[in-house]
Amino acid sequence: MRADEPFGKALYELFSSMRFAITLLTLLAIASIIGTVLKQAEPYNNYIIQFGPYWFEMFRLLGLYDVYHAGWFLIILTFLVASTSLCIYRNAPGMVKEMRNFREHVTEQSLAAFSHKHAVQHGQDTQALADKAVAYLQGQGFRSKLIPRENGVLVAAKRGAASRLGYLLAHSAIVLICIGGLMDGNLVFKAQQLLGMKKIETRDIPQSQVPEISRLTPENLSFRGSVQIPEGGSADVVFLNVADGYLVQDLPFVVQLKEFRIEHYSTGQPKLFESDLVLLDRQGNKIREATIAVNKPLIHDGVAIYQASFGDGGSKLNLRGWNLFSPAAEAFEVQGAVHESTRLSSGEAEYQLEFTDFRLFNIENLGGETPRQNAMSVKSDNKALHNVGPSYQVKVRNPRGEANEYHNYMLPVTLDGRMYVLSGVRETPNDPFRYLRLPADAKGGIEGFMRLRAVLMNPAQHGEITRRFAEGALPPGERGGELQSRLEASAGNILRLFAQGGYSALGQFVEANIAEGERQQATETFLRILELSTYEALKLANAQAGEPPPATDDATGFFIRDSLNAFSDLFFYGAPVYLQLQSFEQIQASGLQMTRSPGKNLVYFGSLLLVLGIFAMLYVRERRAWIVVKPGNALFAYATPRKTVDFEQEFAKHSQAIEQLATKE
Amino acid sequence: MELALNAPQPFLKRLSMFDWLFTLVLAVGAGYALNLYGAYMDGYDKGMLIATVPALAWLGWFWKPVRPFVLVAFGLALLAIYFYQGDLARMEQAFFLKYLISSQAAIMWMCALIMFATIAYWIGLLARSPFAGKTGTALTWSAATLSLTGLLVRWYESYLIGPDVGHIPVSNLYEVFVLFVLITALMYLYYESRYQQKSMGAFVMLIISAAVGFILWYTFDRQAHQIQPLVPALQSWWMKIHVPANFVGYGAFSIAAMLGIAWLLASKGILASRLPKPEVLDDVMYKTIAIGFAFFTIATILGAMWAAEAWGGYWSWDPKETWALIVWLNYAAWLHLRLVKGLRGKVLAWWAIVGILVTTFAFLGVNMFLSGLHSYGEL
Ligand code: HEM
Repeated sequence: MRADEPFGKALYELFSSMRFAITLLTLLAIASIIGTVLKQAEPYNNYIIQFGPYWFEMFRLLGLYDVYHAGWFLIILTFLVASTSLCIYRNAPGMVKEMRNFREHVTEQSLAAFSHKHAVQHGQDTQALADKAVAYLQGQGFRSKLIPRENGVLVAAKRGAASRLGYLLAHSAIVLICIGGLMDGNLVFKAQQLLGMKKIETRDIPQSQVPEISRLTPENLSFRGSVQIPEGGSADVVFLNVADGYLVQDLPFVVQLKEFRIEHYSTGQPKLFESDLVLLDRQGNKIREATIAVNKPLIHDGVAIYQASFGDGGSKLNLRGWNLFSPAAEAFEVQGAVHESTRLSSGEAEYQLEFTDFRLFNIENLGGETPRQNAMSVKSDNKALHNVGPSYQVKVRNPRGEANEYHNYMLPVTLDGRMYVLSGVRETPNDPFRYLRLPADAKGGIEGFMRLRAVLMNPAQHGEITRRFAEGALPPGERGGELQSRLEASAGNILRLFAQGGYSALGQFVEANIAEGERQQATETFLRILELSTYEALKLANAQAGEPPPATDDATGFFIRDSLNAFSDLFFYGAPVYLQLQSFEQIQASGLQMTRSPGKNLVYFGSLLLVLGIFAMLYVRERRAWIVVKPGNALFAYATPRKTVDFEQEFAKHSQAIEQLATKE
Repeated sequence: MELALNAPQPFLKRLSMFDWLFTLVLAVGAGYALNLYGAYMDGYDKGMLIATVPALAWLGWFWKPVRPFVLVAFGLALLAIYFYQGDLARMEQAFFLKYLISSQAAIMWMCALIMFATIAYWIGLLARSPFAGKTGTALTWSAATLSLTGLLVRWYESYLIGPDVGHIPVSNLYEVFVLFVLITALMYLYYESRYQQKSMGAFVMLIISAAVGFILWYTFDRQAHQIQPLVPALQSWWMKIHVPANFVGYGAFSIAAMLGIAWLLASKGILASRLPKPEVLDDVMYKTIAIGFAFFTIATILGAMWAAEAWGGYWSWDPKETWALIVWLNYAAWLHLRLVKGLRGKVLAWWAIVGILVTTFAFLGVNMFLSGLHSYGEL
């Protein structure tokens, strides 16, 4: 900065310079990229896990978890508005003047210095030739002016002045769009937060207990928040997610959800999400009813209400609990509701059941690999997709506070040709569910398996099982002897081990007691004994329950093998109960997003100007032509701010035309 | 020589009989469609159908080859509809459908023709053969015709699958790639005829061939050619104009990038004598970026308006939106460099090439690598 240049002037120069604007735009682009690469507005815990505490704190200070609302980002935008405004302010007067004038003050010397000029000889009256030139130029879309010069005439002409108007429109549009965007951003809240007037709520407390300092009044100019309403319920607030917490925005009205609907295509994809709403004023008087759907919002009182998501609104679940520690095949009743929790005592320990979700439909791909399809056919006949019916999710929290999550289907599912009741388990929400397959009995229920399991678990029944097994295994002549009691003893041992720890207990036994070379064979024998004993156990279980004995067919064989697998897997189930869904009453919830964005109109208006401006800038071609006509000769000069190939062609054409005008009488 | 002096005739007076006939056919066709299907259309649909008539008519008047192109493509589509007789299964039975103009047959032919066109243009370039060049042009026109036919027939087929499934074929990655081939080929053909330079085709066809390669992979490996119903987020009138507008942008930027490559090669003396003069390449590059930028601006604004209706905000800084902004800023910078700073040549050529990489990321990479609200086009 030079000493004689006041600071303000220098600042003005800087701000209105193109270089400054481009720097800002580049910064904006870089910031935007960061915002897309780093997932925004995640729970802060995820970031801590991802970056470690040091970088987490660093990135938090830089506002990288919500780049587009970070103070510095808003400042860049504000600077861009200022800079572009100044740029327009600086250029506009000159441009308007340019649009108006014909540059009639050009001198002959300056025209002679033009790169595109063409001199012609003529023998006509200067005024007559000038008139012809004007007529020609007008035919070509030019506006022109005749200016007498000493010993001749100057024709000054121009076309495409709107191109400059385009510049003004497009660049003002950018200012308007940014201002609109800033209006709809959270500038006001940022300011209030800085002044200590507002504070983010981070606690998980009922909405009504959120203090005034974290609430925004209905008068708030602009907001964008969401709320989930169960069917039959209503809401008079929305929640705005900010950083690692939220704010409560009080609405000027109450929204009531009558019904939420989902429809599906025959292929299982969702077809429609729709909510029937009733709007009430704050006193409870009905204002209007409306149905909204995705892409069909309701706008009331400047607030737009969108169908954004859906969920469960507290469906009531009726469950049967199977105690997995008890050798009895009796179930007990449990009542639950999604989003609520119940206590459950098992032995001494108290468990907590936290119901997290219910789904009426589950469209699953059960066919494994989809078959290869005809490249010519546009119709997909994917038969692998099936609706496998309702399911629910529950977290079972043990007395130490640790919880596994379970995803249980209500109805049996056919997998590999056999029917199973599925129960998924996972330790953390980020894991996929691992599915336990409980084999369904001939009636499609799990009672058969549970009875068998009870018998297998009960040491008091083992004696009877092994006796029957041994008798079945020996020819009639050898029964009752030494061999039988040895067989019974080893079967008893196998059953005891299996009942205590499933296949892994058997495996450990084999490893500890059998020489390396014989393990394979021993294992096979053990499994065979286990299966045959289980077959006896199944007969016993059926008889005790008054059911007909199992058939001697493949189905029974598979049932036994599946039962053993399930029995063994239950040791890793992680909960003392299996909770089977018996019946339910579905209550859905609709996730609504509500926004008030007064800047929108400004943004749309700006967008219109932007399009008009860009087309004008790019497609209206500014051209200027001068012809100095003097007795005996004339000079044609042609200019444009942007030289293109068209310009060269036009120049050639006009030069030729002037030549003709000059030589023709 | 007299002509040079005459002012050009007013635009409408320059139209020929064929121009008017073309317009008449369009109007009658639209009227017939309205009469036939009006009951199933809402106000927007009808408005769009009616607006298509002057839009196509103007396009045909402005660039004459559009007239036969539109007539043939629509004619073939009507023929396909006639052969279908309202039964999708006839795709396998009717010879014409099975081998020529069912949507998949037409699209596969389009793929083959683009490949042949690419080869023809390269022969034309390397052997300086005008005949091969002309062949390339003819093949490209045929490919464009079949791709428009394919899209139109696909539109019809989607309704045959189920009235609730039917929708305009611009809703998934497969369909928009076909659209990309169509739009890019047409834009290229326009500049080819404007500048009378067939050698540019060798380069432009390469990027169209890449798209064709993608379509083939997507069909045979992923079975993505099957028509899927629209999820609720895509059931919007805005989609029908937002997506095509975007593809005018993508197509134009692709052409510009390929010309950038040609420019750079020529500047190193490679193929220089066979390619157009650098000023011409530079000029076409500018023209394509200008039209691309204008349409991309419109597309982004339409996207914002759609987002305002579907997601509750015209701008959510969703990764796709954000990358659209970055693409837009990139080409705005290109235009500023050229028009304000007067830059030409090497930097701009490189910039156009980097530009298409950024654009490709915005178009494909965002769907693959970043999660967001945009719900179509997972690979
Ligand atoms: C996102 C922002 C912007 C966009 C999309 C944009 C777009 C454009 C376009 C397309 C042109 C066309 C070139 C022409 O016809 O001359 C142009 C010209 C121009 N822009 Fe921008 N611009 C932006 C920001 C700015 C800013 C911030 C400034 C100033 C600081 C600026 C200054 C100019 C100037 C001086 C011209 C030349 C006008 C003329 O001579 O006709 N632009 N702009």
